[in-house]
Amino acid sequence: MTVNAAAQGSIIYLEDVTVEYEGFKALNALNFFMDYKELRVVIGPNGAGKTTLLDVITGKAQPSAGRVIFGRNTDLVGRRENEIAALGVGRKFQTPSIFANLTVRENLELALARPSKGVLATMRTRLDGGQRARVDATLEAIGLAAEAGLRAGGLSHGQKQWLEIGMVIVQDAELLLVDEPVAGMTDEETERTGRLLQDVARERAVLVIEHDMEFVRRIARTVTVLHEGSVLCEGSVDEIQKDQRVLEVYLGRSREERGPAHA
Amino acid sequence: MRTRERWALLAGAALVVVVLPALNSLPKDSPFHVSDFTLNLFGKFLTYAILALGIDLIWGYAGVLSLGHGVFFGLGAYAMGMHLMLEIGTQGVYGNALPDFMIWNRVTELPLFWRPFYSAGFTLLAVVVVPGIVAAVFGFLTFRSRIRGVYFSIITQALALCAWLTFNRNAMNLGGTNGLSGFKTIFGFSLSEPATQRGLYVASAIALCLAYVLCRVIVGSPAGKVLVAIRDSEMRVLFCGYSPAAFKLFVFVVSAVLAGVAGALYVGQVGIITPARIGVLPSIEMIIWVAVGGRGTLLGPVVGAVGVNWLQSLLTTHYPDLWLLVLGGMFVGVVLFFPEGVVGSLQRLPRFLTRVRRVRGERSPNSSNEGSYAPLGPRPQTPPPPRGPRS
Repeated sequence: MTVNAAAQGSIIYLEDVTVEYEGFKALNALNFFMDYKELRVVIGPNGAGKTTLLDVITGKAQPSAGRVIFGRNTDLVGRRENEIAALGVGRKFQTPSIFANLTVRENLELALARPSKGVLATMRTRLDGGQRARVDATLEAIGLAAEAGLRAGGLSHGQKQWLEIGMVIVQDAELLLVDEPVAGMTDEETERTGRLLQDVARERAVLVIEHDMEFVRRIARTVTVLHEGSVLCEGSVDEIQKDQRVLEVYLGRSREERGPAHA
Repeated sequence: MRTRERWALLAGAALVVVVLPALNSLPKDSPFHVSDFTLNLFGKFLTYAILALGIDLIWGYAGVLSLGHGVFFGLGAYAMGMHLMLEIGTQGVYGNALPDFMIWNRVTELPLFWRPFYSAGFTLLAVVVVPGIVAAVFGFLTFRSRIRGVYFSIITQALALCAWLTFNRNAMNLGGTNGLSGFKTIFGFSLSEPATQRGLYVASAIALCLAYVLCRVIVGSPAGKVLVAIRDSEMRVLFCGYSPAAFKLFVFVVSAVLAGVAGALYVGQVGIITPARIGVLPSIEMIIWVAVGGRGTLLGPVVGAVGVNWLQSLLTTHYPDLWLLVLGGMFVGVVLFFPEGVVGSLQRLPRFLTRVRRVRGERSPNSSNEGSYAPLGPRPQTPPPPRGPRS
């Protein structure tokens, strides 16, 4: 099978994954894989299964069938979220989710990769010089160096999104899952976010879910279109935008022909 | 720990551990004499403060509202009380080695689970271990199943109700509604001696200082930041690679152990423990102490526990009918106007005054920024007032 052959060098590989919510198949025998250090954008209409795809990779949702292989041969199915995070999968949520009552620096320090994140190990943790430099470098990269000592709750919406991306970066994730990073951002913020994600993708694999096609066009090399829980097609932005099936799915041209069940 | 904080802490410790007992041993006609009654009263308040510190750790920092801490307090108190009952020996009303209430209940032989409490060592161990184990089992089951927010609070309240019903039953052989009382000695020292009571007071004061230091170490460590992070966004903590359940379980057990120690120190000074002290109502009262004092600060719960109870003892002497109204009014006041409690609000006072001065100086009413807040209300970005747990 071509999928299997290509999957040898993949960072994440989903095989025939099905996720059901009370009979509704959010993911339907989905096959999906990404290469190391790839920047991939996933698009699709509402209910296509985009967020469920992230849920099943991060352990928030459990598949009823199929395998989720991370890296060489780590099966993620059945593992807890914090375990998967420690293995090297980072996730940025759609709405900014940061620690409002800690400072910006403390947010990053908390997310920083460490040998153990157990209770007693955490109590004794002291950051070494390398780790502190790492936090400083990340503060620069996300453009929040001047805000390092401020309460994170007081940041603007865009800054919160960057902080959360920074937290996923210092977590040392090999695979970053980013859910709608530019929703609610100004044009300038959107552009900075695009550059930030492209920088990150030089060293790690990044999966971005996005609706804003202009933004997709700016950052994407490969786009995957999901529809009704499976991959509809994959390719460059131009190929995708010309694809007849994609147009149908987005514009619902042939809805009458296919009947109300698919509406 | 910063130097100023360390000095303030040492001064506070010296006041409660040394100065008050010293004033108590002054001659009775001295103007600075602190009566035995007052010292005993403060000893009780200090045990409440230990309990309140524990509640603050789990509620003020981790944002988990437990409405069942009376249970852990009661477990510590009953463990100690059982030892004190056995110490009475044949000095009871019936001259029998069995505790008096067992004679009334026609119990002829000491129940098996009472026997280890003859040992002082076992008792002291039980004071710490029993609340700890109950909290560990209860916390494991609830946190592991991701029960949180109001649901956790409701379940802990049910736990308090269950414990109250259980301890009320005569068949439990724990004294039923009347509880345990009539103690004569503690570890051989007569409880009616002022010197013994002074000793118990000092023990409570020292325990409070140790509890404070313990909480300070936890809160000041990176693990303390994780607790605050759990309060802010439990999901993010999980996806940062930490197990929020493990952290919550840890502070829940620590806070239950503190409650147990508080209960054990309480029983010797007050001389009685009944189920009325461990049910739903006392558990909620404990929450009010912490809310009034100020959650999320370590000084807050101490100030709240001592302050509210002191006020209660003053008011109930002179205006017994007013107390519940005042208590309710205090809680409503804190919820509406001072969500950060007395200590939290005082800490913000200097910043608030600076802002008022600046606004006056600039004469621009619109100079408010992100960090500012309305004079009589919560800051826009503060979590909701202490009516329910923060999610």
